[in-house]
Amino acid sequence: MTEAVASVRVPPAARSSAPTPRRRTRHRGGSHVFAHIILGGGGLLMAFPFVWQIIMSLSTNAEVQSVTPVFWPAERQWQNYAAVFTRLPFLEQLTTSVVITVIRTVAQILFCTLAGYAFARMRFRGRGILLALVLSILMVPSQVYLLSQYQIVQNLGLLNTLGGLVLPGLFSAFGTFLMRTAFLAMPTELEEAARLDGANPFQIFWKVMLPLAGPTISVLAITTVLWSWNELLWPLVVTTFSDRMPLSAGLATLIGDRTTDYPVVMAASLLAMAPVLIMFIVLQRRVIDGLASSGLK
Amino acid sequence: MTTETHTPGSPALTRTGRAARAGRGAPPQPPRRRFAGDGIWPWLFLAPLVGGISVFYFWPILQTAFYSLTDWGAFGGWDFAGFENYVALFADPALYLSFGNTLLYTGIVMLGIPIAVFLASLLNLPGLRFASLYRVLFFLPYVAMPTAVAMVWRIIFNGDFGLLNYGLGFLGIDGPYWISTPGAATVAVAIVGLWSSLGFAMIVLAAGLKSIPPEMYEASELDGATRWRQFRSITVPLLTPSIFFISIVTIISSFQVFDLLYAILGSSNPVLPKSMSLVYFFYREGFVNNDKGYAAAIAMVIFVIIGIVTAIQFRLQKRWVQVD
Repeated sequence: MTEAVASVRVPPAARSSAPTPRRRTRHRGGSHVFAHIILGGGGLLMAFPFVWQIIMSLSTNAEVQSVTPVFWPAERQWQNYAAVFTRLPFLEQLTTSVVITVIRTVAQILFCTLAGYAFARMRFRGRGILLALVLSILMVPSQVYLLSQYQIVQNLGLLNTLGGLVLPGLFSAFGTFLMRTAFLAMPTELEEAARLDGANPFQIFWKVMLPLAGPTISVLAITTVLWSWNELLWPLVVTTFSDRMPLSAGLATLIGDRTTDYPVVMAASLLAMAPVLIMFIVLQRRVIDGLASSGLK
Repeated sequence: MTTETHTPGSPALTRTGRAARAGRGAPPQPPRRRFAGDGIWPWLFLAPLVGGISVFYFWPILQTAFYSLTDWGAFGGWDFAGFENYVALFADPALYLSFGNTLLYTGIVMLGIPIAVFLASLLNLPGLRFASLYRVLFFLPYVAMPTAVAMVWRIIFNGDFGLLNYGLGFLGIDGPYWISTPGAATVAVAIVGLWSSLGFAMIVLAAGLKSIPPEMYEASELDGATRWRQFRSITVPLLTPSIFFISIVTIISSFQVFDLLYAILGSSNPVLPKSMSLVYFFYREGFVNNDKGYAAAIAMVIFVIIGIVTAIQFRLQKRWVQVD
């Protein structure tokens, strides 16, 4: 409706030309060069460590340790990438990372949407207090529950197992908060119509509300994948054998080794980052907006 | 409930009829409106999450508070120790050292915020080409696995063959052995922290900038304001809520720095006792030295510090955030 009003007011000639006054366009045109220099230069600086990592992953160990940096290796050492799989328990670690990330993401989507929906749309005794308690967890730094989580996992005999790695991350107060906000913003008409059609609350949730929550669920999925893939402290604590670790912890334990083969470590790091970086580049708009709006790492 | 199903349309009529009849003195609108959640349903929905959270978050929080009052022996047994851990902790130079390192780290990472304000205002220039490419480039470090990027930074900081010292050499500066010199190690880790969080700050600030009405700039331009003047008198004041938000997020996450420090310095680095952060100190006591009671006390101290920061945030927010 507002568009219609605007089109009435604005003469067609003005609309077809630049939307801003000419004087300002010229002004901006000049400063854009400056902006491109700063942003382009800064962007290259931000990306440089990744590029440097690629270069080193294709170098020999001697080239990496050369006092005068070798920016272009004499011969591309592609076998460094093969060595990642033969010399490190990379495949085991990759599998572990994938499995724990998938399980956590599915579990968080399921548990957080269910609970978020209940908090947003259902009436029950103690809702306010329970919600406040769940949200209060957001303010507690992870170190506070880490010791005791470790104790629980140890008592369950789950140290060095997938179960132990995956467990606490199945549940998320943040995800519940995120989903509750999404469900609160939805219109009630659809639910009421479904109820009149005789759907039970689970059917309403599953068939009507869940599909509508798609965009927020994707934000939850992205944040869970990122967090689970990159997390270090918990895996470091619950796993001691390198072939049981996920990639994040596995890489961290590679260093300090006297006989470090730097190019192989670089190749391993790149391969470890790749899935998430590819996801980011493909879904960049959604990832950036989702993370920025969630305000959480 | 299911009995109402077979005659669509009629339940609504019945309800209005009932409401009309019941219209004596009782509040007419919301009282007996049936929510989907009445009865057992909400509990079925909540059971998995609340169960999991209770076991893995609520209970551990209480338990850690209790652990902090206990003394753990070498074989995992414990005795009640009162405030012994806290007394020992506050007398422990390691606490102040790790707190100081954490503050230094946080301070350096915070330097990224003014840079991010500047970059975000460039990114938000109307009609800027390649804006989404720049967003991606600056955001890339934020999504990259910390332990994986730490590997390349370790080499860049290497005292003998690192790129940083090679570059500094051109400026006539003899760079230190970054990773094995106590003060320099903290600075090195903080540079990486700044690098990895800059993109996030930029995106949040750019979103804040979008909400500033362009008319303000047009009006001030008519008044002859310079770019710098506009930046100072319009952009920064109207951006304070976003700046404040990002400062708090940065402080809280910086206070919990662990990944980058652990991965860049390496767990066997002899300089670590001098360069560790609060969380590394916690990790060392709890999982390397296996002193759970002491580690719990450190965790509680971190909790209190973050609580204070959050409380200050809520206090100041009233003063900072503009309601429009």
